Amino acid sequence: MAETTLVEEQAHDHPSDWAYVKIALLLAAITAVEVLTYFESAITVFENNSVTIASLMVMMVVKFYMVAMYFMHLKHDNPLFTRLFAGGLALAVAVYVIALSAFEFWA
Amino acid sequence: MAVTEDPLALTTGDAAIVERPLGVLTRPQGGNGWRDWLSTVDHKKIGIMYGVAAMFFFIVGGIEALLIRVQLAAPNGSVLSADIYNQVFTMHGVTMIFLFIMPLAAAFANYLIPLQIGARDVAFPRLNALSFWVWIGGAIFLNSSWIVGGGGADCGWFCYSPNSGLAFSPSHGVDFYAIGLLITGIASLVSSANLIVTVLNMRAPGMTLFRMPVLTWMLLVTQFLLLFALPVITVALFLLLFDRLFGAQFFNPEMGADPLLWQHLFWIFGHPEVYIIILPSFGIISEIIPTFSRKPIFGYSFMVFSGIAIGFMGWGVWAHHMFVSGIGPLSVWAFSMSTMFIAVPTGVKILNWLATMWGGKLRFTTAMLFAVGTVAMFTIGGLSGVTHALAPADTQQTDTYYIIAHFHYVIFGGGVLGLMGGMYFWWPKVFGHMLNETWGKLHFWTMLIGFNLTFGPMHILGLQGMSRRIDTYSPGFGFEFWNLVASIGSFVIALSVIFFFFNVWKSRRDAPNLPAPGPDPWDARSLEWMIPSPTPEHNFDEIPVIESDDEWWHRKYGYDENHNVVRVATVEEVAQDGSATGVHLPAPSFWPLVLAAGLPLIGYGLIFNLWLCVLGGLLTGLGMYAWALEPVDDPDADHDHGHDDHHDDDDDDTEGAEAEMADVSAGDEEA
Amino acid sequence: MATATDAAVDTADHGHDDHGTSTGISNTKLAMWGFLGSECLLFGGLISTYLLYKTRRGPGPENTVIPTDVFDIPFTSVSSFVLLMSSLTMVLALSAITRGDHPATRAWLLTTAMLGGIFIGGQVYEFTSFIREGVGYTHNPASSAFYTLTGFHGVHVSLGIVMLMSLFVASKQGKLRQEHSETVEIVGLYWHFVDVVWIFIFTVIYLIPVD
Repeated sequence: MAETTLVEEQAHDHPSDWAYVKIALLLAAITAVEVLTYFESAITVFENNSVTIASLMVMMVVKFYMVAMYFMHLKHDNPLFTRLFAGGLALAVAVYVIALSAFEFWA
Repeated sequence: MAVTEDPLALTTGDAAIVERPLGVLTRPQGGNGWRDWLSTVDHKKIGIMYGVAAMFFFIVGGIEALLIRVQLAAPNGSVLSADIYNQVFTMHGVTMIFLFIMPLAAAFANYLIPLQIGARDVAFPRLNALSFWVWIGGAIFLNSSWIVGGGGADCGWFCYSPNSGLAFSPSHGVDFYAIGLLITGIASLVSSANLIVTVLNMRAPGMTLFRMPVLTWMLLVTQFLLLFALPVITVALFLLLFDRLFGAQFFNPEMGADPLLWQHLFWIFGHPEVYIIILPSFGIISEIIPTFSRKPIFGYSFMVFSGIAIGFMGWGVWAHHMFVSGIGPLSVWAFSMSTMFIAVPTGVKILNWLATMWGGKLRFTTAMLFAVGTVAMFTIGGLSGVTHALAPADTQQTDTYYIIAHFHYVIFGGGVLGLMGGMYFWWPKVFGHMLNETWGKLHFWTMLIGFNLTFGPMHILGLQGMSRRIDTYSPGFGFEFWNLVASIGSFVIALSVIFFFFNVWKSRRDAPNLPAPGPDPWDARSLEWMIPSPTPEHNFDEIPVIESDDEWWHRKYGYDENHNVVRVATVEEVAQDGSATGVHLPAPSFWPLVLAAGLPLIGYGLIFNLWLCVLGGLLTGLGMYAWALEPVDDPDADHDHGHDDHHDDDDDDTEGAEAEMADVSAGDEEA
Repeated sequence: MATATDAAVDTADHGHDDHGTSTGISNTKLAMWGFLGSECLLFGGLISTYLLYKTRRGPGPENTVIPTDVFDIPFTSVSSFVLLMSSLTMVLALSAITRGDHPATRAWLLTTAMLGGIFIGGQVYEFTSFIREGVGYTHNPASSAFYTLTGFHGVHVSLGIVMLMSLFVASKQGKLRQEHSETVEIVGLYWHFVDVVWIFIFTVIYLIPVD
């Protein structure tokens, strides 16, 4: 995708301001698509609930990843930070997904 | 901070008279007066304060335990009313877990981690002081409910809803429980982040992660568990508090809420908490057993990895506390399996301790007796734990005295005995004199016998069907005999604790007439034994360069041509003499104390009068603001490091930027 | 929060010591990332609570309205977008101070704080209009969980604004120099984290349809 190439240009240093703006524009575009799912009539595929949910989740993960990797510099920083944060995040997801499963939340 | 390379100044005490506009809150210039203790940022003093406070709450929780046993010694006991009984057993559990074992483990962590990794202090010394003061504030707050809250919490230490709701617990006890645990939780969270950074970032040159002593490893795993488990109970306690204070509907089934939510959140925290309690003790005995077996720990990497494995797996077993709450067959099956698996890394540890002793030159000092006792008693607790993993059996055992027996074997037998052993082991390092071995052994044997007399019969009582948390029982169920035995046992434990305190007093009194223990009284293996006893204020004269695990041992011993261990150096030759001067240490500060003092006020304010919250918030804010304005290095102190002082005025102007940031945190506490 | 900020206070004084750490990374930053990892479990708990309760209506006519009945997606989309863009301005502030461009640093800090302020204003408006439409905090589990979750997030944003304004004032007084860029970075990490949490909340709480 666009953001990988624009960051590769920067080699190991932090991205330039223009790169940040491009990332933000991409984030804005994804947000626009997310909001579109609410107006089902605009795009027909979003009349299907499971398609909507799946695409929303994918877009959310992409946004989350981009902010964490580029704005929070995880991509260029010491991997220890990524491990610490990803550890907490993964633990939170695992534990709470299991807890919600125990409530038969997904049924 | 306190990164070691800095050539900095030790306060010398003869500083020029300077203007002291802050009055009583002026920084002391070193020493041992009360103001030095209140303002200290020294990890050793903080560790000692944790230890003293924890032992105080051990007495408080112990008296509560004795009240319970007096009530249950005979049928139809009438010493306590049912209501008071509920409060006493709740506060017994809360006090022993959050105000005794955890802070006692924190005492060891604070004192020993920097010494074992070869550091001069923790990563954030003032934050360390803050952790202690916040914790003690929360501890006092929690217990003040006896006086101002209309009694202690009465919902059991895990405080299940809807029992914890206003309808069933109308006094302020549960509010004190929730806010008190939130405050002590802030303390533990701050401390865990601090100690994690300390272990990762402050190690001496050459001290790779896999050269760290097992104790440091276990404490590191514990800090990670705290870091990730505390926010979960924070959520649960906030929900409970909002239910009670603001009429939220998190646990009220009438309004469509699900009380099981509390159980899940509590035990997601609560099971890692079990390992938070037990792992420090595992670490301690992993230091004691090799020392008194004159062998390196058997399977060091297995020890470390099984500790890490316990840390991970501890997150996947919480619902075994909830087998009878109707969580469904699939959940029961899954958690049953995971609970059986977690016995594996624990079993690995037990086998490694046994293998360490196997063929060793055993010396049964008091510390070693406690360590061996820990292994034996914890094994019993672990085995009864495996019986809970079998859901059908657990269904019979839930909420009976069998459970009480099980977790006391784990927490007292595995946790407390190990911590006691640690006291005997490190006492000379901390206080510069040994504890009396005769009285120590008397302490050990009375405690071991009393412990088994108290909690052994509870297995039988539980299987006979005696429920936990009942305030009395009728004659004729066959409960009388074993209850009486348990009550007698509890007084034997009390006697053993008296022996301990007597020993502390006697050993201190006798110390001047006995030879000093020297740096290394036990012929031990890790770095803290290469410096004088008691530890000098600056820890290490110079930071050692580490070349192997058990570094200190290898400085004393080598191998001859037949690969037999031979002494290559005496302690005197290789130990440091503590004579270094001009070592820079972070300056003391009162502001952590001031900041921490605001939090209980906010707590009282939430319960009684919101104006108190404002006052507490202001105090906290003031503490943070002043904290940030105060340079880490005291400019008033006499710096004697002259020419190579590269601490330029940098210190002072950084503060401005941070001043306002502190303000921020102030607001946070109020939130 | 307290943890991280205090940590920042403690080592910012000692930025020059970072090279001495075993891992070669700064104590403060390590503590901050650990704290953010911990925060994941805090927000995870609150989000799970809301998900569990999102359709739980209370008995009685006054307790039946739940937040999803009254969501105003276009409005929330705008405020979400504002918060998202504040992450861009935050990162530009950091970029500016690493270049030593102090006027730009101040401008971006102020912009970030203002965008955060707009978000908070939007949240206040949202809460008041929801309450007007009958979704009281005490009415049912869904509303309690909704206000608690978004309220916790709002408090985090507000604290971030106070931090940003503190940096702004410090910079104005000339105390936030180029070598203190790590302080801006630490505040930035917190700010982005709060944004990332909202990315999650916006999708999972607002956008995913409730049957």
